Amino acid sequence: MDILLMLLWIVILFAVVMLHVAYATYFERKIIGHMQVRLGPMRVGWHGLLQPIADGIKSFFKEDIVPENADRPTFLAAPIICLVAMLTSLAVLPFAKGWVLADIDIGLLFVFAMSSLASYGVVLAGWSSNSKYSFLGGMRSMAQVISYEISMGLSLVGVMLLAGSLNLSEIVEAQGDRFLGMYLMPQCIGFFVFFISMLAETNRVPFDLPEAETELVSGYSTEYSGMRYAIFFMAEYIGMMVMASIATICFLGGWNGPFPVPFFPPLWFVLKIYLFMFLFIWIRATLPRYRYDQLMGLGWKVLIPMALANIVLTACLKAILD
Amino acid sequence: MTRPIAKNMEIPVADGEGERYSLRMGPQHPATHGVLRVDLELDGETIVACTPQVGYLHRGFEKLAENKTYAQTLILTDRLDYIAAMANNVGYCVAVERLLGISVPLRAQYIRTMVAEMSRICSHLLWLATHALDIGAMTVFLYCFREREILLDLFEELCGARLTFSYPRIGGVRQDVTVRFIDELQRFLDIFPSRIEEYETLIDTNRIWLKRTVGIGKVTGEEALALGLTGACLRGSGVDYDLRKHQPYDAYGLVDFEVPLGSDGDIYARYRCRMEEMHQSERIIQQCIDQLPPGPIFGPDAPDLVMPNKAPARIEAGTNAYGTGLIKLIRDRNLYLTGDVYVATEVPKGELGFYFISDGNNRPYRMHIRSPSFIHIGALAAIAKGELIADLIANIGSLDVVLGESDR
Repeated sequence: MDILLMLLWIVILFAVVMLHVAYATYFERKIIGHMQVRLGPMRVGWHGLLQPIADGIKSFFKEDIVPENADRPTFLAAPIICLVAMLTSLAVLPFAKGWVLADIDIGLLFVFAMSSLASYGVVLAGWSSNSKYSFLGGMRSMAQVISYEISMGLSLVGVMLLAGSLNLSEIVEAQGDRFLGMYLMPQCIGFFVFFISMLAETNRVPFDLPEAETELVSGYSTEYSGMRYAIFFMAEYIGMMVMASIATICFLGGWNGPFPVPFFPPLWFVLKIYLFMFLFIWIRATLPRYRYDQLMGLGWKVLIPMALANIVLTACLKAILD
Repeated sequence: MTRPIAKNMEIPVADGEGERYSLRMGPQHPATHGVLRVDLELDGETIVACTPQVGYLHRGFEKLAENKTYAQTLILTDRLDYIAAMANNVGYCVAVERLLGISVPLRAQYIRTMVAEMSRICSHLLWLATHALDIGAMTVFLYCFREREILLDLFEELCGARLTFSYPRIGGVRQDVTVRFIDELQRFLDIFPSRIEEYETLIDTNRIWLKRTVGIGKVTGEEALALGLTGACLRGSGVDYDLRKHQPYDAYGLVDFEVPLGSDGDIYARYRCRMEEMHQSERIIQQCIDQLPPGPIFGPDAPDLVMPNKAPARIEAGTNAYGTGLIKLIRDRNLYLTGDVYVATEVPKGELGFYFISDGNNRPYRMHIRSPSFIHIGALAAIAKGELIADLIANIGSLDVVLGESDR
């Protein structure tokens, strides 16, 4: 019975997240559209509301082309690896008090592990496509994810020190339900580093080098078509949401808000995620793209030293205050 | 292990400097601005050698021109730099006028100066849009297109076409400007400076933009001259060379403007140059509107070069269109001088030169086009060498090449 209930929860979570992914693309197109003095999708449904559905159906029925020289099994598996890794990390996210599928003690590490696994999908996609653009995209992605994984992990060490736990629910509870309890204030350096690393980790502008369309055509996904191409995008959007959730949990006090909501406890959590999604989109509409070596320089020479300094600072403060 | 990564890729040679491989960028590539193909030799992402390949858009204009009368060739010049067709038309007309010794009335000269500068703004807007998009700033692209649309509407108001105008004619212009056109142009000039500011707030002081452009694609003044760069690419390196100022044609001698100069010769300097040129173009147009004299719009010795002979009310079926006089043009003119002439004008991309050899016929014996894009593409190899792929893209954008003009 427990297993059945668990399965039911998984199905519900999956459905809700997939719906969010679909409409995240819609909101992205709509918001960027309005920022760029145009309307965005308008044709399918009222104000283009059914556009994501139409896109989904379209990519589902499109031919799944596998290039002749591609490494077939790897080529076919790569997008699945991305998607599965991203979906799995959803399991440990606490959406509200007790609203979590797997309340494990190493939640934060688990999310990191999964987001690193997802980069395997990207690297393998670039490798197996047997195209030079894809290959370059895969290489860039590998270097980028490895570099920014470090700064991201280090930026959260401060949070771990303060909360004294890796369990995501406990991190939220350690922050209390007051506005001042949020780790955003004591961990502002950590948040800054985390936010930039988050953009890089999800391959978003200004760090979208693995798929830089004007340089590498479409990077690692150049040779993909149809549903497999769409799966990369789903993985990217789920990745954005997971990263936004981690930011919310670790820095913005998770599900806690100014006042508790009676019937739908995750409301504040969801709103905070939307805020981050909006930031992702806003940044995409505003900034140009970094160059590959500049991205590496930023990661290794600025962010990692900052994160290390933050750890020392936090540890010292904690030792003094305790 | 399954099969190796590339069974059709050359086996990389280990020469102690890292493994090199070749990459053919284009002719179908989102950032090559048309159909430019660049054969790259890469070491990681560093460009070891770069060989631009042109010719995918070759239409044989120079040969075609030998079989067309001077007035008929005009429509081919539309298709050179299709982003600034007006400027090409003006350049061609100025060249033929000098060859045939035709004088142009002052009003037509002012109108041509005006439309050429509108064309320059159009071209620079499209350049800024695509250049910013190449570097990843997507929003500037659509902002620029918003203003370009106003100019295209103005061109439509003026001559009915939005892309290939053929509006300036040998010896004048096709139609006179209307009051409505002037009014709307004035309205555009009033808002345009604030719109340029809007683009600048988005990118000018953006740290990422600066990182991508400052010190990249550096060309010194001597190098630029040696490579044959013209236009903003040359002025960005600090060389004061602008045909509008130094060999004035049309009404450029009668209006007041400055030639913006850069000093560093990098992508940022070229960017700043072009942004300043838009301000100067706006100044020129404003002066043209203010000074626009009354008078005829084509010279007394060239009416049949401007408009075809009077069209009959109705063309009978089966008659030869030439016989009706509708497409008579200058077929009967056989009084041209023999000799050759090279006339260059300043189009948005640089120096566009027309070289004619005339044997006294009503069509050129030989026409050669000195196209700035072709020469700029040639310079790409020297500029991009040793930089990264991402810089190559920025450089292509910064040199502002149009393949229609390069391949002609």
